[in-house]
Amino acid sequence: MKEFKGKVLCLDRSDINTDEIIPARYLTEIEKIAMKPHLLEDLTLDGFSPEKDIKDMGVILSRENFGCGSSREHAPWALEVNGIYVVIAQSFARIFRQNMFNCGMLAIDLPRGKIDSLFEFCKQGQALLSVDMEALKIQVKARGRSLELSFSISEFDKALVREGGWVEYADKNY
Amino acid sequence: MGKTITEKIFNSHLVDEPFGDVSVLSLDRVFCHEITTPTAIQDLVARGKDRVFDPDKIKAVIDHVSPAKDSKTAMQGKILRQWARRHGIKDFFDVGNNGVCHAIFPEKGFVRPGLTIIMGDSHTCTHGAFGAFAAGVGTTDLEVGILKGVCSFKKPETYRIEIIGTLSPGVYAKDIILEVIRQISVDGATNMVIEFAGNVVDEMNMDQRMTISNMAVEAGATSGICQPDMTTVDYLWPFIKDEFKSREDALEAYSFFSSDRDVVYAKKKTIDVSLLEPLTTFGYKPDNVRPVSQLKGTRVDQVYIGSCTNGRIEDLRIAAAVIKGNRIKDSIRGIVSPATPWIFSQALEEGLIKIFMDAGFCVTNPTCGACLGMSNGVLAEGEVAAATTNRNFNGRMGRGGMVHLMSPATAAATAIQGEITNSSLFVNQEKPHERI
Repeated sequence: MKEFKGKVLCLDRSDINTDEIIPARYLTEIEKIAMKPHLLEDLTLDGFSPEKDIKDMGVILSRENFGCGSSREHAPWALEVNGIYVVIAQSFARIFRQNMFNCGMLAIDLPRGKIDSLFEFCKQGQALLSVDMEALKIQVKARGRSLELSFSISEFDKALVREGGWVEYADKNY
Repeated sequence: MGKTITEKIFNSHLVDEPFGDVSVLSLDRVFCHEITTPTAIQDLVARGKDRVFDPDKIKAVIDHVSPAKDSKTAMQGKILRQWARRHGIKDFFDVGNNGVCHAIFPEKGFVRPGLTIIMGDSHTCTHGAFGAFAAGVGTTDLEVGILKGVCSFKKPETYRIEIIGTLSPGVYAKDIILEVIRQISVDGATNMVIEFAGNVVDEMNMDQRMTISNMAVEAGATSGICQPDMTTVDYLWPFIKDEFKSREDALEAYSFFSSDRDVVYAKKKTIDVSLLEPLTTFGYKPDNVRPVSQLKGTRVDQVYIGSCTNGRIEDLRIAAAVIKGNRIKDSIRGIVSPATPWIFSQALEEGLIKIFMDAGFCVTNPTCGACLGMSNGVLAEGEVAAATTNRNFNGRMGRGGMVHLMSPATAAATAIQGEITNSSLFVNQEKPHERI
């Protein structure tokens, strides 16, 4: 199982699509690592610079319908090779969400209120977030303060994360 | 309580319900293309599991970049080609026989009512037009599909959308689906199957049903689905005539895959399209939709007619009817990409290709190419396209480029005028197909 913690990259917009996460021109790459420099390259968002802001991040925080558009698993892979194993958002597009768990990574959806508090907290200074998979709690710390939130995911999704993804799970069970 | 088409398909394909959370379904078809499959193949090889669950249920095509444009795309084609050969996958479509996946697979008769289909491509929902459950998946789901013939799905709820009324001339299936997405938004049907119904859908041919089902994913849907009827049977008849004594028998068998009368839908909506105008998109999301009349005069650099949404024979007929006798504006680069070799050949026979070429269009071989900015018509920074495709995301057809989605008729009129224009200017309103 991966370790789910790291600095939080705030992407305060809904409908961030998979073309923005990894543009189609990189779909000719066969090695995941080739996607590393191109994560979020086409995302235009006030105050966000893909060159500067992705380094050392471990978590993405966003709004509604994250990962909409193409089915490309290159989107979670581009996150993975950059060390980002967790996306927290108000909602996800179906395929992106399933791709995250299939890769043994986490897509956590939280209600609007909790997402608002997380954004507010993270805007006060560089936040460090960790996910406790046993207690199903998110803890986020910044400037000596901390915030704790609970979340839920299905037993099936938990099993995928535990096994390291759907290939391992399916191979064992079917 | 009655069951929806989707519930009936789920029940007849259920393999497992781990933790009661999801349904693991057996798969009737795993469709593959050269962009998302090679990584799955390489991972299977690396795991020492280079096997396929059933070579007859796997269909593969090179379509996204065809012919290969560089060494990397050539290698993707090579990996898929060699894999198809070593596993005896007979239905593999390579250069010369290949076309856009969601056009060529139905054309070959691979899609039938009641089937479960996955592909590493979000527009796999197209095949729901036949009353199949067809969903786009990522590479890991594809990999497990190839190896084990199963895929997991959250049990999707059904959103029934009834399209009623009478379409005005110049308004097409593309305008209808843009209106649906405008009304319900880009995540209005997330984790749901959209069941398209109503007299307008009943009267549609299969090409039109594929156009509306194709864009269900742009509203977040897992799949679009249309109830199979005699139109479906007629389309499939050349492929199923040995399975059934008559078309009526086929219809009776397929009628099992229709929603029961007493179904309780998760959501329902009725859209009367009688007053609908031709539509187009204006921003970077497929639900940013406005009447063409409001965007009239918008400058365009390139017009693209093709893709899995609108590259079928009827689309080319409609576009050619608008184009015939006109030349496209000098400032416009016009590109037509018939979606399959059969469509290309049929368009040649009907004289459509000559109409496009005489008007100044470049006619390319079948490929996805420009739709996702990979080849055959990529936009430069700051350029604008009018396209019959399905996504207008920022940079979709090329970094810094903008796309306006529209019907083939509107795209054709836009090519002639050099700016976004309603096709009514160029077509005999009484008899819209008269000019061919």
